[in-house]
Amino acid sequence: MLHAENLSMRYFRKTGQANHFHAVKDVSLALRPGEVALLTGRSGSGKTTLLHMLAGLLTPTEGRVRLDDTDLYALPDAALSRLRNAKLGVIPQGRSAVDTLTVLENVLLPQQLRGEKGDAKGALRWLEALGIANLRDARPAELSGGELRRMAIARALAGNPEVVLADEPTGDLDDENTAAVLSLLRKAAVEEGKTVLLVTHDSEALPYGDRIYRMESGALSAQSEE
Amino acid sequence: MGTSHLPMKNLLRRPGRTAALVLLTALLAASVFGGSVVVGSLRSGLESLQARLGADIIVMPAEAESKVSFKNMLLQGTTGAFYMDASVLDEVRAAQGVEIAAPQTFLASLKADCCAIKVQIIGIDPDADFTVKPWIDESYSQDLGDMEVAVGCNVTAGVGETLKIYEQYTHVVAKLAETGTGLDTAVYCNMDTMKKLLAAAEAKGVSHKITSGSDVISAVYVKVKDGADVGRVNNWLNGHIRKVTAVRARSMFTDVSDSLAGISRAAWALIGAVWALALVILLVTFAMMIHERRREFAVLRLLGVSRRGLRGEILMETALCGLAGALVGVGVAALGVFPFTTLIETKLGLPYLTPAVGALLKLAGGTILATLLVELLAGTWAAARLSRTDPGTTLREGA
Repeated sequence: MLHAENLSMRYFRKTGQANHFHAVKDVSLALRPGEVALLTGRSGSGKTTLLHMLAGLLTPTEGRVRLDDTDLYALPDAALSRLRNAKLGVIPQGRSAVDTLTVLENVLLPQQLRGEKGDAKGALRWLEALGIANLRDARPAELSGGELRRMAIARALAGNPEVVLADEPTGDLDDENTAAVLSLLRKAAVEEGKTVLLVTHDSEALPYGDRIYRMESGALSAQSEE
Repeated sequence: MGTSHLPMKNLLRRPGRTAALVLLTALLAASVFGGSVVVGSLRSGLESLQARLGADIIVMPAEAESKVSFKNMLLQGTTGAFYMDASVLDEVRAAQGVEIAAPQTFLASLKADCCAIKVQIIGIDPDADFTVKPWIDESYSQDLGDMEVAVGCNVTAGVGETLKIYEQYTHVVAKLAETGTGLDTAVYCNMDTMKKLLAAAEAKGVSHKITSGSDVISAVYVKVKDGADVGRVNNWLNGHIRKVTAVRARSMFTDVSDSLAGISRAAWALIGAVWALALVILLVTFAMMIHERRREFAVLRLLGVSRRGLRGEILMETALCGLAGALVGVGVAALGVFPFTTLIETKLGLPYLTPAVGALLKLAGGTILATLLVELLAGTWAAARLSRTDPGTTLREGA
C-alpha cells in the first residue's frame, strides 16, 4: 500500500509579495493494491506535484510517503532509485522517451537498468496490447504524441511494478485508444493486484476508478468511492 | 543498475553531436601535441648541435665571419670555406687552460662536372677530434681510411657507394645519425683525404685562397680544462694569436637559443590560448548539451537511475568522446607535422630534430591524458549542475 501522510510542497520564491507558493497542502491518502484511484482537479491544483512526490521524484517540504513500511524519503538516493525501478511504474506527462533508443529498447530499459537482459516477448505483448507493436524498431522521433504516450505506458507495465502512477495517461489519445489504455490499467489493478493512481482531466476515466480524489488549490477537497 | 550500454548508444545514435564534441576535443589534442612536437624538435635540434660541437671555444680565421656565416654552415648546411695556417693549432694547444684542441678543414664542393653533389666537406683529425668523431663512431667503429668518407643523413649517397668530389672518387663507409642541423648535409673525411681533395680543387681552378704547399686548417675546436675560465682562455687566444678570431661556442648560439625561447613562448602561449578557449567552449557545449537532454536525464532518474549512476553515464560519454577526440587530434597533428619536418626546419632556419619514438609516445600519452582530464573536468561540472536539479521539476517544465 502507498501512503501519503500530511504531504506538503512549498516552492520558495525570491521575488513577489509572498515568499513561497504552497503547491500541495497537507495531503494524506492511501492507495490500495487491486484498486484504481483517480486524482482529478483543475490545472495547477497540485496533482502532478503530488504524483511526483508519491513517485519519490520530488522531496516534500513536509510529510512523508510510505510504500508498505518503507519511508521513501528516508532512503538514500541509490536505494530510493532501486525501489523506484523495482516497484514503481511512473508514466509522466509529455514526452518521456530516451530518444537514442528504439521503442522496444525504451520499453525494456527499466528491466535492463536493474541488470536484467529484459523480457522482450513480454514487452512485445504490452506493445501489441497498446497497438504499437509494429513500431518496435522505430525511434521516438518518428512517433506521434499518442504513440509516445502508449510507449510510456507499455514501459511502466513491462517493468512489472507494484504501483503504477500515471499522469494524464490518455492526454494525447483518441477515444478508442483512451478506452483501451484505461481498460489495460484497470486490468492491471484488478487481475494483477497492482496499485494504480491516474491523474486525469478526462471524464471518460471516471468509470474505471474505484476511488476518486479531487484536488483544489493544493489540497484534497473531496474523496469518493465508486 | 546497468547503464553501461547507454553511453555508447547515445554517442553512436547522435552522430552530429558526437562528431562536434570529438572535433572540438581533437582541436585541443592536436594543438598541444603538434605544438609540443615542434617545440620539442627545436629543443632537440639545439641540444644535438651543442652536443655535436661539444667545444667551449672555436678558433677560426679573422675573415671567416665576413666570408661565410659559420653559424649558417652549422645550422643550415650553407657551404663555405676559409683557411688559416695549420701552425695556429700548435699555438692554441700551447695556451694555458686548453685541454684539447682539434682541427677541422672545410671544403665546399660544387655541383658541376667535378662533383656528384654540392656539399660541405669537413676534414677531421681522428686522433684529436672530440666533436665529429664520437658521432661517426656511433655508425662506424673504425677510423676513416684514405679516400673514405662518412656522410650526413641528408646526403644522397649510401654506404658502399662512390662519391665523386673534384674528380676524386671517395668511398662512402658510413651514414651518420640525424642531428637536425647543417651537419646532416656534410661529408666527413680524415685530414689526408682532405689534403688530396684540396689539391684536386686547386687543380680544377677553384680558388680557396690556399697557400700552396703549406698545411691549412679552417677551425680549431677547443675544450678547456676543468676549472679553467672559458672567457679568460678565449680572451688570451684573441690577444695572442694573430689573424684569428676565437669565439665562445655558447655565445655563437645565444641568438639561436633566444629565437628558440621566443618560438617556445609563442607556441605555448598559442597552445594555452587554444586550451583556454576550448575549455570555455567545452563547458558551454556541455552546459547546452545537459540543458537539451535534461528531460532525458530526468526520465532516466524516473526509471530508477541514481544520481551517481547518471553522473557515471555522463562521464562515460565524456570519456569516450575525449578519448576519440584525443586519438584523432594526435593522429592529425602527427600527419600535419612529421611529413613536413624539412619544410619546418627550412622556414624556421633553426636546428630541428624530431624527438625519439619513445619520447613521442610519452608525449602522445601525456596529450591524451591531459585532454581526457580537461574533458572529464567539463563533464563533471555539467553532471554536478544536473544533479542539483530535481527530476520532478524537470519533468513538469518539459510537459
